[in-house]
Amino acid sequence: MMNEHTAKAFDVDLQELARLVAEMGGLAEKQVADAVGALARRDAERARRVLEIDASVDALQHEIEEKAVLTIARRQPMAVDLREIVSALRIANDLERIGDLAKNIAKRVALTGDFRPQKLIRGVEHMAAMVLGQLKKVLDSYGGRDLVKAMMVWKGDEEIDALCTSLFRELITYMMEDPRNITFCIHLMFTAKNIERMGDHATNIAETVYFMIEGHPIADERPKGDTTTIAGIEELRSPSG
Amino acid sequence: MDEKTQVPVVQPTTETPAKPAAESPIRARVVDLGFFYGEKQALKGLNFVVHDCQVTALIGPSGCGKSTLLRAFNRMHDLYPGNRYQGEIILYPEKINVVSPDVDPMLVRLKIGMVFQKPNPFPKSIYENVAAGLWVRGIRKRSIVDERVELALRQAALWDEVKDRLRTSAYGLSGGQQQRLCIARALAPEPEMLLLDEPTSALDPIATSRIEELIAELAPMVTVVIVTHNMQQAARVSDHTAFMYLGELIEFDITSKIFTTPSDRRTQDYITGRFG
Repeated sequence: MMNEHTAKAFDVDLQELARLVAEMGGLAEKQVADAVGALARRDAERARRVLEIDASVDALQHEIEEKAVLTIARRQPMAVDLREIVSALRIANDLERIGDLAKNIAKRVALTGDFRPQKLIRGVEHMAAMVLGQLKKVLDSYGGRDLVKAMMVWKGDEEIDALCTSLFRELITYMMEDPRNITFCIHLMFTAKNIERMGDHATNIAETVYFMIEGHPIADERPKGDTTTIAGIEELRSPSG
Repeated sequence: MDEKTQVPVVQPTTETPAKPAAESPIRARVVDLGFFYGEKQALKGLNFVVHDCQVTALIGPSGCGKSTLLRAFNRMHDLYPGNRYQGEIILYPEKINVVSPDVDPMLVRLKIGMVFQKPNPFPKSIYENVAAGLWVRGIRKRSIVDERVELALRQAALWDEVKDRLRTSAYGLSGGQQQRLCIARALAPEPEMLLLDEPTSALDPIATSRIEELIAELAPMVTVVIVTHNMQQAARVSDHTAFMYLGELIEFDITSKIFTTPSDRRTQDYITGRFG
């Protein structure tokens, strides 16, 4: 544990910043769960809640920015204190982007038609569950200043990337099986890509937590499993070829 | 198994920036330096180097020995009986040990100039203040003294403000101007090293900025060692920083490292305001 500052109010400022980030993280988690849940069950009410929460997430980001700038101006933080404040800003930015991606998924709920076989959505739900696990773990690593957890998240993103790639292939197969699947599958592909991006933001947060604790960035090359940009090209070619 | 052991060992992606310590020449080397005020030991086994034409900052809480260390550099402690040095401060390139009893303190002070916390001009004219150090060294020729006084006042960024009133009393200057006059007075004899003991603690923020700007301008020409209580100032003006505590040197490193990722917990606690 860190010693307390001689100026106790500085500790209060830093604790408040960390609390705001944790609150924002909780809301972002809820947005992701609601957005995917709404899409799976075509729940317009739940989708609307995602948009409502997004306003709170944005407001929290502004509050964190103001608090951080004010704390820097007041305290002229050094070393680990400065990194804590900069990290709060960076994490708030990533969480805001996660919220936006969830909002994008929620907006698709109204656009999906009646033809929406449930088997198509299983893979997306599974992927969302994995990303939520990553998000929870990385927020825990921030709250507990836990380097081990942060590194687990950083390494764990590869699995989500790989899942995204295989999901793309699966959805392309469904589209080829029955053209009526195309509309829903296209929405699911964008949803999967949004979830994959959320995983990247969770990884960014893990990198920020590492930097905050250690004082330097992670030097390793991160394993990457996302090849969605080229996934399914062979399948698309095969019917004509 | 302890979970912590699973953290992979990773190296920083970038080397620590700024002027690398090993490449710049050394102006002074402090070797096992100790100092006693009578029976009381104020400095214990200090070892570090002062790099040529760079700024070295000494930081630490009150009573840590940083001013004592600074004063050892030009033998100020010799003014009082019972004070005793141990170890060496080797001044390069001459390789003289400035704290050796065999070395004349006056010789040391001719090589190493000092500026104090409160501006202390002599009760004389601006010109006489700056010329004093030259006269002491036997430089009397008017044209040379005039030239050196102007140069020192220009180096101290004071010339434009005082060139029309060189013969008026130094006491007529503002606090910030008086401090720059003291710096000009120290610079006139072209010292090998300039010691600054909290040079801005009695000045307002504007005058402080001027002195900091001045230190940056002087650094390529003269080696500066500065004691400061203002951490941000040390971070802004210095190339190397030494953190001292209870008479010991806790950490010495390049400034950017000390103020971002210090190695010692005590340094981190001090610079982040968690001490005591």
